[in-house]
Amino acid sequence: MYINGVEIEDTFAEAFKMWGTRVIITAKNRQWAMTAAIKMTGFATSVIGCKCEAGIESEVTDTPDGRPGVSVLLFTPSKDDLPKRLMERIGQCVMTCPTTACFNGLESPDVLPVGGQLRYFGDGYQASKLLGGRRFWRIPVMEGEFLIEEKFGMQRSVGGGNFLILGEGPDVTLEAAERAVEAMQRVRGMVMPFPGGIVRSGSKTRSKYKFLIASTNDAFCPTLRGVVETALPEGVNCVLEIVIDGLDLPAVEEATRLGIRAACIPGIRRISAGNYGGTLGQFQIHLRRVMEG
Amino acid sequence: MTTLRLKTWPAVPLEAEAITPDRFVGKTSAEIEALPVHHGNQEAALGDFFAVSGDGTPDIAIEGDLARVKLIGAGMTQGQITVHGDAGMHLGAAMSGGRIGVHGNAGDWAGAEMRGGQIYIRGNAGHGLGGAYRGSPQGMNRGLIVVAGSAGNEVGSAMRRGVIVVGGNTGDFTGAFMIAGSILVFGNLGERAGAGMKRGSIITYQTPKLLPTFRYACTYRPVFLRLLLRELRSLGQEIAEEWFERRYRRYCGDLTAFGKGEILAWEGP
Repeated sequence: MYINGVEIEDTFAEAFKMWGTRVIITAKNRQWAMTAAIKMTGFATSVIGCKCEAGIESEVTDTPDGRPGVSVLLFTPSKDDLPKRLMERIGQCVMTCPTTACFNGLESPDVLPVGGQLRYFGDGYQASKLLGGRRFWRIPVMEGEFLIEEKFGMQRSVGGGNFLILGEGPDVTLEAAERAVEAMQRVRGMVMPFPGGIVRSGSKTRSKYKFLIASTNDAFCPTLRGVVETALPEGVNCVLEIVIDGLDLPAVEEATRLGIRAACIPGIRRISAGNYGGTLGQFQIHLRRVMEG
Repeated sequence: MTTLRLKTWPAVPLEAEAITPDRFVGKTSAEIEALPVHHGNQEAALGDFFAVSGDGTPDIAIEGDLARVKLIGAGMTQGQITVHGDAGMHLGAAMSGGRIGVHGNAGDWAGAEMRGGQIYIRGNAGHGLGGAYRGSPQGMNRGLIVVAGSAGNEVGSAMRRGVIVVGGNTGDFTGAFMIAGSILVFGNLGERAGAGMKRGSIITYQTPKLLPTFRYACTYRPVFLRLLLRELRSLGQEIAEEWFERRYRRYCGDLTAFGKGEILAWEGP
């Protein structure tokens, strides 16, 4: 299969189960909402080294308090970790940020307490309001008041959707990846947690060192072509990966489809995917099937 | 829809707690007319005073001057009642669901101790709106009351949850002994608002006369109020844009009680 002369390899991306939630951060203006969102989604690229994966989904105009907002998605491998991570990040990155308020953005039968825990920061002076059937906590802070919803929805999600862009050189490969990220940002219900949505150091799920669970994806490292069993066709000198976490599989597949289509530009030789022979995840996103769909 | 038309003006107050969607559902108009009411100390039938048409749907319309008809919709859990005229005392008292609309005025104790649902009164309301009955620990606990006109004394007394909106003025002791919840008054608050309140919010758009046991805290824009005003606006209430934009003076009180309540006074245009 070829798109714009770029080969789509007959392989699949291996994604795994996660739990996800959506947080709406509002503030006096979009800059401050975005500032809080950027902080909250910092150091949240991969569960290999971070305790959660998170990203900014989109800006939001129709927010509960009518102020400018940003929607953030956050994912953890286990259901029990999600409340802990959300507490830490909202407590340290959103509550601390001037003018913000924080709302649940996901309707789900599964809920996790956030405001209901964070309220103790109010040291007894916190007050709740039940508005429109939803409970909110008003926490007195030096600036005034921090408002946060008591409960946030969570649902089974998909982490680690991905594809690899194999290009002739670093410039063209980066341009293709940038185009892919831009196209994928239109999809709701998913984020790309890595810097600018792009990973340059994709990993495999093993290592020669016992203390490491993941190590460099040597088969795709151009500098190792002569010494390892390479996955790179001739003429490929650079590989970039785009990783997708989504609230559901259709969002990940749709993002994959739009991203690959946008990445198929002259100078790109092949699109592949992080396929670990079934050792990583429960979901297999077959590139050719997605592109045909 | 079930329609009740007042045909005999009660000489003394009529206790008509039978008028709820819960009692009407599944009944024929004849069965509804046979429902018991109390006329003074005499037992009577609903049909002695009302002409009933339509069969038992949870949507009830009542026509006539019902100022002497008490307990309309009291304890209701579902459906809708529309009163085309005035309503008597205890309208929607202890109701837990559904919606009551009154095109005229309502008597005392409208929505007293209600547990949910919505009451809309286009005219004025009497005393004890959404309040607690004498000796009772809690008034309104969930739900919404909107009065376009003014209300009497003790609006939302000992209220526990929910929202009361009064477009005009309120009498004395608004939100007295309030436990939580929100009361918005667009006109003037009477004397001694928030007396003995533990928690909760009284929001006023005129300069309030405050008890000495309320202390000024700060002037700010409470974000939660944006949510409340937006919700009311979505329900059809007229909300001025400047109520979002301008600040509110926060007074903490009542310091003779728990002191975690507040009176939020809009700082004005």
